[in-house]
Amino acid sequence: MSQEHSQSIESANTHHADDAHDHKPQGFSRWFYTTNHKDIGTLYLLFALLMLFTGGSMAMVIRAELFQPGLQFVDPHFFNQMTTVHGLVMVFGAIMPTFVGLANWMVPMMIGAPDMALPRMNNWSFWLLPCAFTILLSTLFMEGGAPAAGWTFYAPLSTTYSNDSTAFFVFAVHLMGISSIMGAMNIIVTIFNLRAPGMTWMKLPLFVWTWIITAFLLIAVMPVLAGVVTMVLTDKYFGTSFFNAAGGGDPVMFQHIFWFFGHPEVYIMILPAFGIISSIVPAFARKPLFGYESMVIATASIAFLSFIVWAHHMFTTGMPVAAELFFMYTTMLIAVPTGVKVFNWVATMWRGAMTFETPMMFAIAFIVLFTIGGLSGLMLAITPADFQYQDTYFVVAHFHYVLVTGALFGIIAGVYFWIPKWTGVMYSERLGQCHFWCSLISVNMLFFPMHFVGLAGMPRRIPDYALQFADMNAFISIGGFLFGLSQLLFVWVVFRCIRRKGEKATAQVWEGAEGLEWQVPSPAPYHTFQTPPEIKSGH
Amino acid sequence: MENQRNSHQPLLRKLLMISIAMFFFGFALVPLYDVFCRMTGLNGKTANTAAAPSTRIDTSRRIKVEFIANRDDSIPWNFAAEVSTIELNPGAIKVVNFHVKNLSAQAMIGRAVPSVSPGAAARYFKKIECFCFAEQPLDAHGEKNMPVQFYIDPQLPAEYSTITLSYRLYKSQGQTVNR
Ligand code: HEM
Ligand SMILES: [Cu+2]
Repeated sequence: MSQEHSQSIESANTHHADDAHDHKPQGFSRWFYTTNHKDIGTLYLLFALLMLFTGGSMAMVIRAELFQPGLQFVDPHFFNQMTTVHGLVMVFGAIMPTFVGLANWMVPMMIGAPDMALPRMNNWSFWLLPCAFTILLSTLFMEGGAPAAGWTFYAPLSTTYSNDSTAFFVFAVHLMGISSIMGAMNIIVTIFNLRAPGMTWMKLPLFVWTWIITAFLLIAVMPVLAGVVTMVLTDKYFGTSFFNAAGGGDPVMFQHIFWFFGHPEVYIMILPAFGIISSIVPAFARKPLFGYESMVIATASIAFLSFIVWAHHMFTTGMPVAAELFFMYTTMLIAVPTGVKVFNWVATMWRGAMTFETPMMFAIAFIVLFTIGGLSGLMLAITPADFQYQDTYFVVAHFHYVLVTGALFGIIAGVYFWIPKWTGVMYSERLGQCHFWCSLISVNMLFFPMHFVGLAGMPRRIPDYALQFADMNAFISIGGFLFGLSQLLFVWVVFRCIRRKGEKATAQVWEGAEGLEWQVPSPAPYHTFQTPPEIKSGH
Repeated sequence: MENQRNSHQPLLRKLLMISIAMFFFGFALVPLYDVFCRMTGLNGKTANTAAAPSTRIDTSRRIKVEFIANRDDSIPWNFAAEVSTIELNPGAIKVVNFHVKNLSAQAMIGRAVPSVSPGAAARYFKKIECFCFAEQPLDAHGEKNMPVQFYIDPQLPAEYSTITLSYRLYKSQGQTVNR
C-alpha cells in the first residue's frame, strides 16, 4: 500500500513562539488590509455564506411562484431575473468563493507553508468580489431590472433583447473573473513554491491536488468567459456583430464559446469537493484512501476531458451527426474517471472502522447523491434522448444533484470537518445531525421529483406550467422551503462555533484524521509553519 | 520574505501569460469557427464570394432545389422567392429571382444571410452571383427583383437529392438611409 500522502512531522507543535507575532490590528482595518491566509479564508467563507442566502432567497421566490400554476406573486420578467441572478450568485458568489476560501485556510496548512505565496494579491482577489456582487445585485433595483437571459446569457437574449443591466453584468463578471484568476494563480504559486521540504507531489493531500487542477482550469477558462462577455458588450453597445447574423455573425457561436468555458466551469465547481470527500472518508473509515494515484490521475483526466465535451449542451442546435456522436462519446467517457473516484471512496469505506459524525454523513450523502446526478448526466449525454430532455426540469434535476447534493454537500461536509480546527471548539453534534437529516430529506423532496416533471415535459425557466404538474410542483416547493429553513440550522451551528460555544477541540480533532493541518493546535494559531515542518515519509 | 516573492515571479509571469493567451484564444475562436464551418461545410455556410462557372453538366441525375425566404422582425419588407422549387442537373446554371418590397415610408438597407441544408451539401452549392454578396438598399415603398445565379457542383455525393437554400433578410445595422 502506498499511502505516502499521510505523513507526520517531527515536532508537532513548535509554534508557541508565534503567538508573539499576533500583533494584528483589530476591527475594520484588520479585515480590510489583511494579508493573512486564515483571515482571507474566513472572509471568503463568510461572504460565500451571505451569497448562499442571497441566492437562496431568490430560489424561494422561484419556488413560491411555482407552488401553483398561473401567475401569483411575480411577473414573468421578474421571474426571469430571479432564475438568472440565482444562478449567477450561486455559481460565482457561493460555490466558487467557498472553495477559494477553503483553499486559503487549508492549502498552506496542508503543505506546511507559512502563508499563501502572494498575500497582497490574495487580499485583492477577495475584495474584488464584494464589489462585483454589489454591482450585479444593484441591477435588481434599477429601471428594467437585472439581467434576465439566464445564467448562460445566450445571445441574442443578452444582446438584442436585453436592457442596460447588461453593461453592469458584464463589468461584474469581469471583476469576478479577475478575482478567480488571481486566486487561482496564488494557489498554484503557493503549491509549486512553498511546499515544506519533503512534501513531494505524490504526498500532497488530495484536496491540494484537486485544487491545483481546478486552478489550472480556472486560468484556462475564466479568460474565455471574460472574452465572451466582452463580445456581448460590444455587440450590444459598439456595433460589432459577433453573434448577430445581420452583420455576418452567428448566435450559435455564442453557445460554442460560452460552453467552452461552461463545461470546464462545472468541473471547477466539483473537483475541490472531490478533494474534500477524499479527505473526510479516510478519516472516518480509519483507513488510508484507497487508490491515491488513481484518484490523482482520474482528476487530471476529468479536467482534460472537460475541454472536449462542451457541445453536449448544444445537441439540439442542429450539429451534424458526426459532431453529435463525437460529443456524445466523449461525454460518456468522463463517467469512467468519475466512476473510478466513486469506487475508490466506496473501497476506502469497505471494512473500515466507520463512525458517522456529521462530516461523514454529508460525505456519504455526497457519494450517493452525486452519483445520481452523474447518472442523469449520462442520460442527458445520449444525444437522441437529450432532444427530449433539453431545456426541461430534467436538466434542472441533473445539475442540482451534482451542484447542491454534490458541490454544496461537499462544502458543508468540509465545514463540519474543519470548523473545530478553525474555531477551536467542536460544533454541536446533535444540531449537526439534525441539520443533516433535515437537509437530506428536504433536498430530495426538492430535486428528485424534478426528474419526473422534466421527463413529462415541463420546461425550465417558465413561471407558469400545465395543470397536470400542479401536485408535483407543490411538493417540490415544500421541499424547497424546508431545505431553505434547514440551512438556518447550519448557520446556527456555525455561529455557535464562532462564538466559541462548544467543547474544546484537540489538535487532532478526529481520531482518524491525518495530515499536517491536524498537527497544529486548535484553533490554528494566526501564523503556522513559520519554520517548515519536517515531513517523514509515509509507512 | 522579499526574496521569496522574487522567486515567485517566473511562475507568476507564466501563469499570467497563459491567462492572457486564453483571453485572446476566446476571440480567436471567432475566425476559427468561421474557417472550420466553411472548410467542413458544417452549419450550412456557403461561400460569400462568387464561384467560377461550371465546366460540365451531369445529365444522369436531377437535383431538387427548394427556396425559402423569410425576414427578421426588424425589417418591414416583403421578401419571397419567385418559385419555391426547381429541378436541375448538376452543373447546369440557373437564375432564380427573389422579390423584395419595402412596406415602410423609409428608405432602408437589407442584408440577406444564406444557409444551405443539409449542411454537408453547402460546399457543393456554387453561387456565381448572389444578392447576398452585397447590401441591398430600397427606397421607401420601393421594390425590386434580386437574382441568385447558381449551379450544383457535379461532385455532389449521390445521397443528396434535395437541397434547400434559405435566406433570412435583416435590416442592415444602423445604416438607414434618410431621405
Ligand atoms: C458524469 C458526468 C456528467 C455528465 C455525463 C453530464 C452531462 C450533462 C449534459 C449532457 C448536460 C446538457 C443537458 C441539456 O442541456 O440538455 C448537462 C448539463 C449540466 N450539467 Fe452535467 N454532466 C455531468 C456532470 C456534471 C457535474 C459534475 C456538474 C457540476 C458540478 C454538472 C453541471 C451541469 C450543469 C450546471 C448543467 C446545465 C447547464 C445549463 O443549461 O444551465 N454536470 N450535463
Ligand atoms: Cu457540460
